[in-house]
Amino acid sequence: MGGLTRRVLGYASASLLLLVGWHLVAVLIDSPALPGPVPALAAFGRLFAATLLPEVLVSGWRVAISMAIGTALAVPLGLVIGRSPRLDAVCGPLIFLTYPVPKIVFLPVLLVLLGIGSLSKITLITLIVFFQILVTARDAARGIPAASVLSVRSLGADRWQVFRHVVVPAALPDVFTALRISTGTAIAVLFFTESIAGTDGIGYYIIDAWSRLAYTDMFAGIVAMALLGVVLYEALEVAEARICRWARVGR
Amino acid sequence: MAGVAIEGLSVTYDGVDRSVDALTSLDLTIADGEPVAIIGPSGCGKSTLLLAIAGLVAPAAGRVSVGGRSVEGPRLHTALILQDFGLLPWKTVAHNAALGLEIRRVPAPERERRVAEALERVGLAEFAHAYPAELSGGMRQRLALARALALEADLLLMDEPLSALDALTREDLQGLLLSVWRQRAHTSLLVTHSIEEAVFLGRRVVVLTPRPGRVAAVVENPRQGDEGFRDTPAFYERCAELRALLAAEGAFDDRALTEAE
Repeated sequence: MGGLTRRVLGYASASLLLLVGWHLVAVLIDSPALPGPVPALAAFGRLFAATLLPEVLVSGWRVAISMAIGTALAVPLGLVIGRSPRLDAVCGPLIFLTYPVPKIVFLPVLLVLLGIGSLSKITLITLIVFFQILVTARDAARGIPAASVLSVRSLGADRWQVFRHVVVPAALPDVFTALRISTGTAIAVLFFTESIAGTDGIGYYIIDAWSRLAYTDMFAGIVAMALLGVVLYEALEVAEARICRWARVGR
Repeated sequence: MAGVAIEGLSVTYDGVDRSVDALTSLDLTIADGEPVAIIGPSGCGKSTLLLAIAGLVAPAAGRVSVGGRSVEGPRLHTALILQDFGLLPWKTVAHNAALGLEIRRVPAPERERRVAEALERVGLAEFAHAYPAELSGGMRQRLALARALALEADLLLMDEPLSALDALTREDLQGLLLSVWRQRAHTSLLVTHSIEEAVFLGRRVVVLTPRPGRVAAVVENPRQGDEGFRDTPAFYERCAELRALLAAEGAFDDRALTEAE
C-alpha cells in the first residue's frame, strides 16, 4: 500500500499548495467576490450535508450517465470504423466534418426540443463525450500492430475473437486517456448547461449564490464542483489501473 | 500427418499504385516431420510463403496443401511464430500460451493442463502470471514456442523467430528448438536470415531468389541434428556452400543478409 500512501500524501501537499496560493491571491485582491479559503471552506462545511451534497449528486449523476452512454456508443462504433477501411471511407469524412463543430451551440435547440430538465443536459454532454471518444477509439483501432492481429488470426480467430482478444484490449488505454481528458470538458459543459437553464445541480447553485451576492456560498459550491471533478477523475484512474494492469508493468 | 506440398504458388499484393508479385510459381515439398530452413535475400517473399501455408494469404495461382488437404484458412494444428513473437502484451504468460486453445474452444481443464506442460517444457512455469513486458527477449520467444506446443502443433511455421535476440540467447534457443523437434518430430519450416541457423536447424535448406521469390537451390544437410554438429568441419562446409549460393543470388549486394554469430 506504499503507492496509496504516496498518492494521499501527493494529494495532501498539492491541496495545501493550492490553498496557500488561493489565500495569497485573496489577500492581494481583497475583494468580497474572492473570499479566502478559510471562510469558503467554513461555508462548505456548513452547507455540505444539507445543501451542497444533494446538488452535487444531481450533477454527478448527469455527468456520469452522460459519460457512460457516450462511451458505450462511441467505443464499439469507433473500433469498428477503425478496423474497416470500407466503413472508414464513409464515416471518416463525416467525423472530420462534425468533430470540430462546437456541439455546445446546439444547447438552445436542445432546450427547446427536450426541455430545461436533465434530458437536454445529458444529451449535450453525451454528444460531446461521444465525439471525443469516437475519434480516439477509431485512431486506436487503426494503430493496432498488424502482427498482433495476424498472430491471433493464425490461431483461427474469427472477426469477433480478433476484437475481443486484440482490438478492444489494445485500444482500452487510449480510451481511458480520452475519458480522463473528457471529464474536464464534461464538467465544464455541465456547469454551462446548469447555469443557463434549470433549477437544480451544483452549477445552478453557484450561479444562484452569485446572483444573491453570497460569495462565500458561491465558493463553497465551486469547491464542491471541483471535488466532483476530482472524484470522477480518480474513479477513472482506479478503473484503468484494474482493467489495464498490463500497461503499467515494465515501466 | 503434416507434409506440405506447394505447387506453382504465386502471391500478389496490392501495392499503392500497382500490384507487387511476392512469389511466382514456387514449388516445394516438405515431408511429414521434416525440418526445413528457408533463406534468401531481403524481401524475397519468405514471410509471404509462411503466411500462405498458414492460410492467411490467398494464392493468386497454384495451390498449397498440408497433410494432403488444400489450405483454405487457418488450420487446427498449424502454429505460426512471428518475428516479433506475436504475443499480446495485455495477457499474462499463461493466457498468451492458452490463446490458441481458447480460440479453438478447448475446455478449460484441458487447456490448463496443456499450458502448464508447455510452460514447463520451455522453462517458464514460474512466470505464468507475469506479463510479456516483464520477460526478457529470450523468454518471450520461449513463450511463443510454448503457445505452439500447447496447440500440439504438427506443423510449426517460424518467421525469423530468433532475429531480435543476442547471440548467446539465440544459440540457447536454437538448441531448444532442436530438442523440441527431436522430441515431437513435427514438420518445421524456419525462415531465417542467418546461414548458421539455417544449417543448424534445417535438414534441407531452401534458397529463394530475389523478389518475386522462386526456389533457387535446395541444399541437402543430412547430418543436421547430429550431436555436436555445430562444431564439425561438415557444418562449416555446409555454411560455406550456402554462402556461395546466396552470393550468386545477389544476397550480399545490398548487405541484405546479416551474418549472425
